[in-house]
Amino acid sequence: MGNLFLDTGSTSFTEFVGSYAPGLLPGRLQAAGAAGETIPHATTIVAATFAGGVVMAGDRRATAGNYISQKDMEKVFRTDDYSCMGIAGAASTGIELARLYCVELEHYEKREGRTLSVVGKANRLATMIRGNLPMAMQGLVVVPLFAAYDEERDAGRIFSYDVGGGPYEQTNYAAIGSGSIFARGSLKKLYREGASAEDVVTVTLNALYDAADDDSATGGPDVTRRIWPMVAVIDDEGFRRLPDEEVERHVRQLLDVRMADPDGPTAPLR
Amino acid sequence: MPFGYVSPEQEMRDKADFARKGIARGRSVVVLQYEKGILFVAPNASRALHKISEIYDRIGFAAVGKYNEFEALRLGGIRYADINGYTYDRGDVTARGLANLYAQSLGMVFTESRKPYEVELVVAEVGEAPEDDQIYRLTFDGSVADEHGFVVMGGVADAVAARLKDRFRAGLSLNEALDAALAALTEPGGERPPVSQLEVAVLDRTREHRKFQRLTGPRLERLLGSSAPEETPPQGSEPETSPEGPDTPATAPEGDIDTGSGE
Repeated sequence: MGNLFLDTGSTSFTEFVGSYAPGLLPGRLQAAGAAGETIPHATTIVAATFAGGVVMAGDRRATAGNYISQKDMEKVFRTDDYSCMGIAGAASTGIELARLYCVELEHYEKREGRTLSVVGKANRLATMIRGNLPMAMQGLVVVPLFAAYDEERDAGRIFSYDVGGGPYEQTNYAAIGSGSIFARGSLKKLYREGASAEDVVTVTLNALYDAADDDSATGGPDVTRRIWPMVAVIDDEGFRRLPDEEVERHVRQLLDVRMADPDGPTAPLR
Repeated sequence: MPFGYVSPEQEMRDKADFARKGIARGRSVVVLQYEKGILFVAPNASRALHKISEIYDRIGFAAVGKYNEFEALRLGGIRYADINGYTYDRGDVTARGLANLYAQSLGMVFTESRKPYEVELVVAEVGEAPEDDQIYRLTFDGSVADEHGFVVMGGVADAVAARLKDRFRAGLSLNEALDAALAALTEPGGERPPVSQLEVAVLDRTREHRKFQRLTGPRLERLLGSSAPEETPPQGSEPETSPEGPDTPATAPEGDIDTGSGE
């Protein structure tokens, strides 16, 4: 452990792990052949901003091919006090990436005595995804969605990525994963700029419901097992995961509307 | 006998004297348990160069002595904690493991290098209940002591510890603990250090995720105001200003940090 103290090195935890114990890093193991269909995949994540913050929500289904491998998976991760990330794609690599990214941000913060800027955080995540490119080429694709509260703007910001990195800043809302095409359509119709956090939670839950409606890999709310989507809200008070009871209340409201009208709320025609 | 021979005993004694002198030059740092966790207090005029810092979720660090030496130890400790938490689980990172690592490192430097580290450290971990709290004190030669209640290190540590002993009891509130620490750090008849020259942090077991929190600005002033009634400004006056008043020059009795090169 001598080098821990003598070589104080860079502020990046990933770089340090790379030199100290490279086997611990995701993306350094070569997958044998295409692993795409055999390992669990996480699917839809949506995010949308509100006045003074951002909401991120994810369904709970993980699939391996046509097989549902997990019904209550968590795909939205708190990465620090004011940011979170959701993952779509290869679940194992995604979880590992989220865990590493969380330590990366915290490591910087503890060493430097300040947190990274929002763009700094987004860029850092881009570099880490780029590191996973060889594995992505073999089918272990993981694509995150990053959301953070920006103190300087008093607003939420959303960044999306492709397998080569990114980041691409999105205005107002974004969706990733196999159900994202349907979720995005839903968000486009229901999203209102400057809405309250409460309303935006409803919008994101509707988007997830619509994704589950049309995409087999996205799970809808599981009423009998009481498994609800995971919803995170970030504002100037920091990251907060909505408690199950609160999400349940929102989902039941949504289901009441869908009982009468299965396609849900509509946007005005003109 | 080669020229310039010194016996190992003499060499160790000299190194220990040298390290002790270096550590005594700075000002004391106080670490004590209070009802909800562990409180760290250090007179420190610098806003950026810390003597107290977070190592991991439940683990804090305080140091006195030579800045570059304890800063290297702090960074190493953060690496140790982060790599272990990432390899295993966040709950598997313990103050005991960290203290052992520091002890090894300090012991090795003390015996093998020409110059020992002029530092003294505290590694503290807040538990679920006060009896689960752990406070380890490490000295320049790698000795470790498992402390309970409070620790004072650096400067005139014995005198400060004696004053703190009179005021300390288990289960102090944060206000009372802070008051006790400041009273102990103040020489009899002397003036308490102003808020701008205090570095204060807690490991608060009631917090979520990461328990370490720095107390600064208005929050610290409010805490100090309620703990020291004789310094509270009269009712209705502006609570934002420091009780010492803005005209008090910001004098740093020992300089910003202990550089260890004062002589």
